[in-house]
Amino acid sequence: MTPVEETLKRIQSHKGVIGTMVVNAEGIPIRTTLDNSTTVQYAGLLHHLTMKAKSTVRDIDPQNDLTFLRIRSKKHEIMVAPDKEYLLIVIQNPCE
Amino acid sequence: MAPKQKKKSSRGKKRPKPVLAASEDMEPVNMESMGHPEIYPLVLTTKTQEIFNCRIDEDVTDEQPYKLIKKEDIFEDLRNRAAVSDFHPVKKIVQEYPGNELLLVYDKDFKYGLNFYLIATEEGKENYLNPPEVPEEQEEYKEHIPEDVYIYKPPVSKPWVSLGSEKEIEEESVTESTKQITYMISRKRSEFGAPIKFSDQNASSVKDAYIECTAYPDKNFTLKQLEKDVGMQVIPQIKDISTQTKWTYPKNATTQYYPREFSEEEKETLKQSKPLVDFLNNASVSVEIALQQNEIMNTFIDDWKYLAEEEGTFGDKTDTYLKEYQSFTDLHSPMEKMITCVSWHPTIYGLIAVSVAVRLSFEDRVHFSDKLLLQPSLILFWSFSDPIHPQLMLESPDDIFCFKFCPSDPNIIAGGCINGQIVMWDITAHADRIENIKAGGSRSKRATLKPMFLLEPESNKEAMYIRHCAVSSIENGHKKVITDIHWLSDTFEINRMGSVFENRSGICCQLVTCSADCTICFWDIRPQKPLTPQTTEKKKEESIEIPFDVPSTFLHLDLSWKPLTKVRLSKGETSLDHCPTKISLNEDHLLCKTQAQSKTEKAEEMNPYHNLESGMANLLKPIDDFCTKFFVGTEEGEVIYTDWKMEKDPETGRLMSKKPVSHHTIHDGTVHTIQRSPFYNDIILTVGGWNVAIWKEGVMMASVNHYFEREVKHLEYVEQRKKIREQEKKEMELEMAKKKVKTYQKSKEQMQAELKMDYENYLELEKTVLINLGLIKVTEKGSYMEVM
Repeated sequence: MTPVEETLKRIQSHKGVIGTMVVNAEGIPIRTTLDNSTTVQYAGLLHHLTMKAKSTVRDIDPQNDLTFLRIRSKKHEIMVAPDKEYLLIVIQNPCE
Repeated sequence: MAPKQKKKSSRGKKRPKPVLAASEDMEPVNMESMGHPEIYPLVLTTKTQEIFNCRIDEDVTDEQPYKLIKKEDIFEDLRNRAAVSDFHPVKKIVQEYPGNELLLVYDKDFKYGLNFYLIATEEGKENYLNPPEVPEEQEEYKEHIPEDVYIYKPPVSKPWVSLGSEKEIEEESVTESTKQITYMISRKRSEFGAPIKFSDQNASSVKDAYIECTAYPDKNFTLKQLEKDVGMQVIPQIKDISTQTKWTYPKNATTQYYPREFSEEEKETLKQSKPLVDFLNNASVSVEIALQQNEIMNTFIDDWKYLAEEEGTFGDKTDTYLKEYQSFTDLHSPMEKMITCVSWHPTIYGLIAVSVAVRLSFEDRVHFSDKLLLQPSLILFWSFSDPIHPQLMLESPDDIFCFKFCPSDPNIIAGGCINGQIVMWDITAHADRIENIKAGGSRSKRATLKPMFLLEPESNKEAMYIRHCAVSSIENGHKKVITDIHWLSDTFEINRMGSVFENRSGICCQLVTCSADCTICFWDIRPQKPLTPQTTEKKKEESIEIPFDVPSTFLHLDLSWKPLTKVRLSKGETSLDHCPTKISLNEDHLLCKTQAQSKTEKAEEMNPYHNLESGMANLLKPIDDFCTKFFVGTEEGEVIYTDWKMEKDPETGRLMSKKPVSHHTIHDGTVHTIQRSPFYNDIILTVGGWNVAIWKEGVMMASVNHYFEREVKHLEYVEQRKKIREQEKKEMELEMAKKKVKTYQKSKEQMQAELKMDYENYLELEKTVLINLGLIKVTEKGSYMEVM
């Protein structure tokens, strides 16, 4: 198994994880565990949000940078790990 | 010994250049110009080298670049080869050479121009062979001296030589061009010291009073500010554009788009790419940390808030741990009923007797008295195998408030009515029916074929109305509701005075009741000795026709039953008396002996209750040391410890009840229960109002605690709670409770207690179904069938 698949599988096997996806810098999904329409929706929306968050952080302090973004909602938590070229998005249901 | 080391200072020896013969075109060139006049460079051909054994790299090497050649050899070579010989140019030098051997040095580096050179002087040879180190060192030392030690030489003044600098000085120096003029101004002598008068003058009014030098802006001197301190800020370029569109041809247009996606191959290639791998490795670390954080705990849940929600409503009637196990429904009575007393059958397992009363206030009772008369007041016998049909129904003239099974014979039941009467039943005839309750399942199945409410109660095989055997006399008994009834133990009996005698008959034959008319009565179920013969005769004449199915056990008592003794609970001088609600007798019975004795006497198989008369005849032995005191709990919440022995009032000669030994007001409300501890006979438990008290006989101190954790028997405690619930007047459940009958797996006591609790836990539900059932029988039939 490729290291990419291994890593994604490991993340997916955590408790409560609903879906995992890898998106490129333009918001085009590369790998996903959810269905296509959901993935595309998440990728598009979260890509914009991540860009906005990143620019916000940098506007405040140009030497700062966004490392991690967590959105907690009533039903679940969305985690975004941004990078120069890619985005890793994980959706988890944290309620016991 | 490199050639470089050979630093020879010029000795200053100048050798005159030898005059060579004219035949020799060239003169031997020496290296005088290089400071070595004795060195004569030579070219030696290979042949010459071979002759003199100075071949390059064989005889003459770097380590030994010189060769001493004999003079004679050179001469010989000269003679042999004459002009061809290499030594020809230096022939003269060789001839003049003082020594015997000449030094020939191989000049590898062509320092002196040719590959060999000859040293022409002995000194030179010596110097080459033995490089003079000492003189060299001295010379080196000499050279260094001027560098290390600086000898101070004071400057010697020299005459100044003009180089043109004084002209510059002249130009720059400032000298007065003109002669300074000197003025002397003085005032006239006469004016000195003269009085002076000052006055003010406006400067602007008088002309020429002052001289000023007005300032004017001279253009030569105005400064132009070329630099300014100004703050700058970069702002984004803003463009404000607005347009007004003219929608000439209104047309609805929609756009549809689909997202950009990668094809499968592209995805595969991207998956393999290194940046993705690196990115995932980096990002997954933080992602996993975040995931684990969420797994560990949920930071957004307010635990306190969720804790509070579990409390629920205070005073929740349904106890969370006690679930209703089974409920029994009575389908016949249209009015609201309440349960007044509950008792398990003492011998038969799974049979419970319940006395029901109509739930009406006194006024309503009076109001509805006509209706009430039509309805029988019942004690229902329920079996757990059949939750719908009561096994037996005991009829009584009025609502029963409390009843008890006779301990000696479970077929005798004594109950106390609301109107103050005691009612007796004898269900010996139906004993077999209720004993075979468990087999009643088959019967019930058969009965479902017919709708139940259409049947007359009498023809219903499941339940039978059993009329009471006897009631007490209305005039002589209690005037008000009987609150508690107890059978006296079969080991003793009391007489009219209250003194205790042994009980030879071996059966419980006496009852004690307490009522709201502040009296406690003792009753004897045996036929009284005829005090007045007339009355008995009278009674027999007036005997009412008894239905055929009523046993004649207590016929003698019917309607003429008088209490044996009456104990009045008085509060001293006041006319108000205590209203007893519950009594608890001392059950300390010493007397197994007498019991055994009396039992052996009675070797009859006949039911002793049917033969009560015989018991009276015997003379009874009085029992001494019997504690005739008992506890009474009253309506006001007092606990009274009093004696039932009557004493003779010295004045009137009547029998008077004793004053109570002690009484304590402990409880806030009515005393619901008095019970004796099954472990310690002298520990009493009273429950009333909001608290619970524990007493010890003889020690009139109460320990009041609200939540006591005594090791009372499970049954005992539960019994008490059941009584509390009773007094809370629950409604009967009117719905069809379709609960599964659990198998009797638990221990008997536990289950009994549980069942008691469950039975008593009537939930407050709608009553409409039953009312409707009572009124509208036809239409409900269908639903009933379905539900059944």
